[in-house]
Amino acid sequence: MTNELIQNRLIEKFGASLTEWESPYGLLTFRAPADMNLKVMQFLFDDEQLRFRFLTDLTGVHFPDRKGEELSVVYHLHNLVDNIRLRIKVYVPSAKPDVFSATKLFSGANWMERETYDFFGINFIGHPNLIRILNVDEMDYFPMRKEYEMEDPTRRDKDDEMFGRG
Amino acid sequence: MSELTQHPQHHIKLAEESLQKQTTTLNLGPTHPATHGVFQNIMEIDGERVLETVPTIGYIHRAFEKIAERRPYYQITTLTDRLNYCSAPINNMGWHMTIEKLLGIKTPKRVDYMRVIVMELARIADHLVCNSVVAVDTGALTGFTYVFQYREKIYEIFEEVCGSRLTTNMGRVGGFERNFTPMLFEKLKDFLATFPAVMKEFGNLLNRNRIFMDRCIGAGPISAERALNYGFTGPNLRATGVDYDVRVAMPYSSYEDFDFKIPTGTVGDVYDRYMVRNDEIWESVSIVKQALEKIAKIEQEFPDQKNVFYAPEADHFHLPAKNDVYTKMEALIYHFKIIMGEIDAPPGEVYHSVEGGNGELGFYLLSDGGRTPSRLHFRRPCFIYYQAYPEMVEGGLLSDAVIALSSLNVIAGELDA
Repeated sequence: MTNELIQNRLIEKFGASLTEWESPYGLLTFRAPADMNLKVMQFLFDDEQLRFRFLTDLTGVHFPDRKGEELSVVYHLHNLVDNIRLRIKVYVPSAKPDVFSATKLFSGANWMERETYDFFGINFIGHPNLIRILNVDEMDYFPMRKEYEMEDPTRRDKDDEMFGRG
Repeated sequence: MSELTQHPQHHIKLAEESLQKQTTTLNLGPTHPATHGVFQNIMEIDGERVLETVPTIGYIHRAFEKIAERRPYYQITTLTDRLNYCSAPINNMGWHMTIEKLLGIKTPKRVDYMRVIVMELARIADHLVCNSVVAVDTGALTGFTYVFQYREKIYEIFEEVCGSRLTTNMGRVGGFERNFTPMLFEKLKDFLATFPAVMKEFGNLLNRNRIFMDRCIGAGPISAERALNYGFTGPNLRATGVDYDVRVAMPYSSYEDFDFKIPTGTVGDVYDRYMVRNDEIWESVSIVKQALEKIAKIEQEFPDQKNVFYAPEADHFHLPAKNDVYTKMEALIYHFKIIMGEIDAPPGEVYHSVEGGNGELGFYLLSDGGRTPSRLHFRRPCFIYYQAYPEMVEGGLLSDAVIALSSLNVIAGELDA
């Protein structure tokens, strides 16, 4: 099982809708349209050859500069039989952050999606219990979005320039 | 009953129909001696049977992922300490290896073996805590107090490596902050000489103990299929019979050079989890011995390797020793550059995982070329498998739920990040 084989198999099935193929540090990575995340994962799960049946990780990333696709959900799947991983990314606008829930496919996605909702506000459609998990229920913002100053903004020794991005 | 609730002078507000219901609501936690950490379970029990349990977590959430976005790489090590604090060095090394992967640094073999020694000692300490606590929850306190002396000895070795015990902040990007001292090797040899007898005695006390077995077998079971679907990793997954171990599947730190077995169970109950951990301790002891032999062999063949404790190409990230900073220009410059944050990491996207004390500890690092990660996510094994807890204990006895919880080795620090 190689990255090329997986890529060919996926392109065969989904064609040009999967984009941005790359493999940083050997991990096959691609982008799927936001409304197709579940279809792709279901195919990877069911396919007798691919067998990606283990959800290693699910998390969100906020890119404030990417207009119209500010929020990203990143899935790491693992084929335990052939011992190979891959990474799927979907992008959604922060105005309407709707992504289909993977809880029906992986029970483990339940809390991981709750965590991603809790910190990034991504709305997982079909999740059985999409409520905050680590933060208090009364919180009315999504803390991991890059919209908040971590430190006192008047302090010059803690500004972005000090962190290598001025 | 209904008269009581309707009485006008009765001011206690009860939930609707709470007087009529036949079951009891029990709050297990957030701070309860049986939970071994700060998390809550609201249980609905019928007599001694658990009908339903709803876990609440997040009591000690400390926003590590957010803090990490404003910290240079070497300062994030202290955050990883506080995830699974029972085996902090594994987290430290895992984080350093993630950065090394991003930077493309290859560590010398001697450094790899030194890391293996520390990580396996941490695994022994982690498993000792978990297994002896399972014994405590089944009513056997003796084993706990006995093996904790040896956990103490492991902590003394950590102290010798880095100066601290529990939250170790051990090592640097590229290796260690200093070489292993002769005293450390002495302590290590002493540990390896005395620990097996103690471990054997601890095993004799429990492994085939009829009372312990009756108590643990069949308690809190989970099938391999469900465990995989829930994202179980580590000893809890192996107890169900799946031999997935990151050390073997995706070797790091030269684990491929070592000869060891992956113990597995069959039904994934408390007893299987206990036995898998018990066997893993023996494998870890063997790995530490092998690593010591390998280091001795390297030093014999290449005497100049004796002082290699970090990768030379990591000098932009490896804080130099303090006495060098005061006496050598080169070291002073690197020290200044690292502390003042003039060193940027290249942009990149890395996922690296290590076999932590209780499962696959993953680091998803997204670097945009700055001095800090633009996004860092910890794949915390117990956050992922703890969600299966209701499924494992519902229908069983309350006392089984307590030992199932301790045998899962849920560490609140890792659970809540």
